[in-house]
Amino acid sequence: MTAMTMAKALNEGLRRAMENDRKVVLMGEDIGKLGGVFRVTDGLQKDFGEDRVIDAPLAESAIVGTAVGLAIRGYRPVCEIQFDGFVYPAFDQIVSQVAKLHKRSEGAYKMQMVIRIPFGGGIGAIEHHSESPEAYFAHTPGLRVVSPTTPNDAYWMIQQAVAHDDPILFLEPKCRYWVKDEVDLAAPPSGLFDAAKRRDGTDVTVVAYGPSVRTALKAAEAAEAEGRSVEVIDLRSIAPLDIPILAASLEKTGRLVVVQEATSSVSVSAEIVAALTEQCFYSLRAPALRVTGFHTPYPPSRVEEDYLPSVDRILDAVDRVMGYES
Amino acid sequence: MNETPLVQLLTPEGERVQDEYYDTSLSQNDIFSMYRDMVIIRRLCNEATSLQRQGQLALWAPLQGQEAAQIGAGRALAPSDFSFPSYREHGVAWCRGIPPEKWLRMFRGVTNGGWDPNVYRHSVPTIVIGNQALNAVGYAMGVQRDGAEEAVIVFFGDGATSQGDVNEAFVWASSFDAPVVFFVQNNQWAISEPTVKQSKIPIYRRAQGFGFPGVRVDGNDVLAVHAVTTKALANAREGGGPTLIEAFTYRMGAHTTSDDPTRYRVDAEVEAWKHRDPIERVKAYLVRGHRIAAKKFDAVLEEADEMALQLRQDVLSMPDPDPLSIFDDAYAADHPLIEEGRREMIELGIGGHG
Repeated sequence: MTAMTMAKALNEGLRRAMENDRKVVLMGEDIGKLGGVFRVTDGLQKDFGEDRVIDAPLAESAIVGTAVGLAIRGYRPVCEIQFDGFVYPAFDQIVSQVAKLHKRSEGAYKMQMVIRIPFGGGIGAIEHHSESPEAYFAHTPGLRVVSPTTPNDAYWMIQQAVAHDDPILFLEPKCRYWVKDEVDLAAPPSGLFDAAKRRDGTDVTVVAYGPSVRTALKAAEAAEAEGRSVEVIDLRSIAPLDIPILAASLEKTGRLVVVQEATSSVSVSAEIVAALTEQCFYSLRAPALRVTGFHTPYPPSRVEEDYLPSVDRILDAVDRVMGYES
Repeated sequence: MNETPLVQLLTPEGERVQDEYYDTSLSQNDIFSMYRDMVIIRRLCNEATSLQRQGQLALWAPLQGQEAAQIGAGRALAPSDFSFPSYREHGVAWCRGIPPEKWLRMFRGVTNGGWDPNVYRHSVPTIVIGNQALNAVGYAMGVQRDGAEEAVIVFFGDGATSQGDVNEAFVWASSFDAPVVFFVQNNQWAISEPTVKQSKIPIYRRAQGFGFPGVRVDGNDVLAVHAVTTKALANAREGGGPTLIEAFTYRMGAHTTSDDPTRYRVDAEVEAWKHRDPIERVKAYLVRGHRIAAKKFDAVLEEADEMALQLRQDVLSMPDPDPLSIFDDAYAADHPLIEEGRREMIELGIGGHG
């Protein structure tokens, strides 16, 4: 076990992936000498050279579009999109080519690539730096979307994503980059698409992912003080969803609260509620509730705390699902 | 436009002319076989149009008028080079050895692709305009990293030169000295929009602003296209970086079988380009310059008719895919929603044939 920040864990994970497979190349803006604006690629260009850690011209569609060609050639590109709000110029390449080329080529091409995106709010940034674009990608057949929330997951999930043969959107909760925790360098905690139970509980299942997991855990602690036992599940994989672990929890608790920063409308939380209602209808003791961002553009930083799901809002939702006791 | 330099080795009348920088070492047999390619490709293309009219294809994108551009470029490729087409490069597909029925599979609606791109070193069709330019540059960056002596060529039209992806591809190819040839067939029309809507200057001159050479070639002159493309590919293989080739040509037919070009272009223009027909040009050269007998030309026409008949039979006997195949290759690895969908379709009693 070694303690490190999530940014460092990603850095170490990428380093190991590059050591294991010379076909792994990194591409992105400012990822070379600067080491990326979040320093996730710090030192990698120095050690692996400019051909494998490529400082990209400032064009996101090209970062992804050329990664497609590199993947066709047999490389395993890892793209860095500098901020969530800058991925949209690449959206066309992601949904038209990355997601579809394996199908179109009838299996001849593998789109073995990772698109890393720092996502979510909570860092007091200006506009376009705090977005939650996960639903766009989770909605698209051909793509997979994952998000680590701990340094240990970050270290292992980035390696698992790089080694995977499908294209993976790798969403890094940027407010968690500098939080330190233990990393087990010996063995991965689980498969890339497995959800993880972060806290055991019996009254309510709270499902969260990315930056919301920590908020959900804080809420669970506060709820315990009020005598309520809250189970917290970290999705880790947004697409595909690990429905079995979610269903098992809900069958135990009968009450579901889903937390996310993105607006609730047509979102990941909507999919979770729909899928679990279908699977666990007879176990439900209350309607599922959601604690999410509001249906507005991401707000200016002075009021972002009022927009983001908070401990109080989660506790309120827990109270409400408990209030349905029949 | 008359003052714009244009590489030409054959006049529209089939007279051999000299160019300052480009020449050809093709033998009479080579040239005749390129003529054969062009005749066959036009005949197959016309057969595909008929098949569409008879309801056997959902759509067809004819290439009539662009045979010299595509055969000239396609024949310049080395076997190890890799090509990225749009959806109209039937002539290039022919040169890469892809059986004609495979080009029609997408238009028939039995696949979104058609052939194994790794076998023929010719990528699957790209319909979203210009996307493939970036994919080609990325592939070329891979070639570069492998230290391989291979070139990459990417095909797109005049309309695509307005796309961000194509312009980004120019930037990247230039910055990384990628071994790629951008081959734009300027066929004068992007569906109904003339090239002047896409570019105020001749398209080949855009390259200069991006920092690599651009050249305009007479796209209806198969010898000139072949010479220019051969040189650009060799330059790429030798580490000389990208080239933009503008093949100045004309789409004699419709954009696709869903298009009606009489709504937006005048007969006089279409007539004027008929006099520059790429096939008649090289035929005139072969007849006059090489005294090839009429019966050799007739034999090619007969061969083309036979191939068209075979193509028709292949299309008519093409089986519909098994509905369950929609789940194949959606992902490379297992995915729960794919398994769920497949199970649901089986329970509904759909699929299991084909």
